[in-house]
Amino acid sequence: MHFEQHFQQIVNGLTLGAIYSLIALGYTLVYGILAMINFAHSEVLMLGSFAALGLAVFAPTFFGASPLGLAALFAVSMAVAGLVNVLVERFAYRPLRTISRLAPLISAIGVSIVLQNAVFLWISTQALSFPQPGVSGQVSIFGASISALQLVILGAALGLMALLHFFVEHTKMGKAMRACADDFATAGLMGIDANKVIAITFFVGGALGGAAGVLYGMNYGSIKYNLGFLPGTKAFTAAVLGGIGNIRGAVLGGFILGFLEVLASGYIPDGAQWRDVIAFTVLIVVLLVRPSGLLGEKTAEKV
Amino acid sequence: MSADAPAMLALDGVHAVYGKKIRALKGVSLEVRAGEVVALIGNNGAGKTTMMKTIAGLLKPEKGNILFQGRDLAGLPPHRIMRMGLSLVPEGRHIFPRLSVMENLEMGAFSRAEKDLSREYEHVFHLFPVLGKRRAQLGGTLSGGEQQMLAMGRALMAAPKLLMLDEPSMGLAPVVVDKIFEIIELINKEGVTVLLVEQNAKRALRAASRAYVLETGEIVAARDTAALLKDAAVQKAYLGLN
Repeated sequence: MHFEQHFQQIVNGLTLGAIYSLIALGYTLVYGILAMINFAHSEVLMLGSFAALGLAVFAPTFFGASPLGLAALFAVSMAVAGLVNVLVERFAYRPLRTISRLAPLISAIGVSIVLQNAVFLWISTQALSFPQPGVSGQVSIFGASISALQLVILGAALGLMALLHFFVEHTKMGKAMRACADDFATAGLMGIDANKVIAITFFVGGALGGAAGVLYGMNYGSIKYNLGFLPGTKAFTAAVLGGIGNIRGAVLGGFILGFLEVLASGYIPDGAQWRDVIAFTVLIVVLLVRPSGLLGEKTAEKV
Repeated sequence: MSADAPAMLALDGVHAVYGKKIRALKGVSLEVRAGEVVALIGNNGAGKTTMMKTIAGLLKPEKGNILFQGRDLAGLPPHRIMRMGLSLVPEGRHIFPRLSVMENLEMGAFSRAEKDLSREYEHVFHLFPVLGKRRAQLGGTLSGGEQQMLAMGRALMAAPKLLMLDEPSMGLAPVVVDKIFEIIELINKEGVTVLLVEQNAKRALRAASRAYVLETGEIVAARDTAALLKDAAVQKAYLGLN
């Protein structure tokens, strides 16, 4: 194989990995704060892509070649997905929070089924074509020709991760989020309204999932009511691989999973059919060796 | 402190249940007046921590009133109670282990609207110079004594009117305990009212002007600390004297 082909594979791995990472962040943020797995996250991602499609259909001028239009498309889809996630938390998880640890989990599975069926019954049972943004053609990098769309996807994903990093590390609300993740009751003693922080966490996680949904639509060119399931499940696994609750771990896990899949389909004969098997086998092995995930650490608390 | 000053904090017949069944408080009544240091002593399991948690809003009282500056606290969530000027330094310190010392302090001031908190930081670093040297260090990597100082400094960042300390000396070396009690006295002189829960009764009674003795969820004695120190029963039960 020539260098250009290897380089193309690297870019493929990065693109897929970036999408997984964005989704994995939604799982890990929520887990970090509530120690709960938001199984409805894959549907939030799906709704993000449908919101973008809706916007493209009803307000096509937005969805043009202009970078501003593209940014607006992302912003609206992310806001819709974030808001859905907030409402799901408010009405399906919060009332159950104090009952048992299992109750919100079951509620999450229920929400996932409801949202999928709502789109299935009210919007479309078939795959809908997702309009390509006004980004087309190839860009030549190191002699390899890379699709401009892939670069847009990668750039958007990395930009959002950088924004999240800034929010969590350097803003007052981001620090309050980390404080809640460390110790809920004590955060309350600091005057932090835990319910507000939880809602913001669900909004941020949902918005990132929504962005991933838009990127997914762009990458594959069509969307369907059940599109969230596979990438959602994989991203959840990526979050566990990186160490669930750990933000850097989610990004790392997402990229590792993306690369594993691309390597499997690009370098192993018949690998494309086996890529999920190969990827998940590696994940299982890693978790057997390191059950807390790659970056899942527990800071010892001295007493 | 004059005895007829209005109470800053007043508990009246407070009942609370700990866990699912354990009746931890059975009609507790007490008062803390502005400017006082009041100690609450009692053995392990007497209900001291339950009482602190109930006042701070971490537990809901079953019955009874908790008035802070005339307003009823019962049933309010912790963040609302804290914003009224009542801060709890919880038992076991509970600093945020994965936040730096600076970030822990910043969280202490979460409820404040001001952007510029440099005076507050300076004040905390003046009281606890060691925290100033460890600004960037993660809370979880501090020693027990430093964590206690961070927990107190963090609570002071909010400029509370009433500071409640739950077992501040627990597990600390005597020299660190000295330092902590020095600071409590200093904070009080600066105008902060203090409610102090301690198993180390001797220390607590020395630091406080009045004290309550809690036994299995009930107040069994309430007096000036001078009188309590002379009380034969208290001496026997809590001070290890015969």
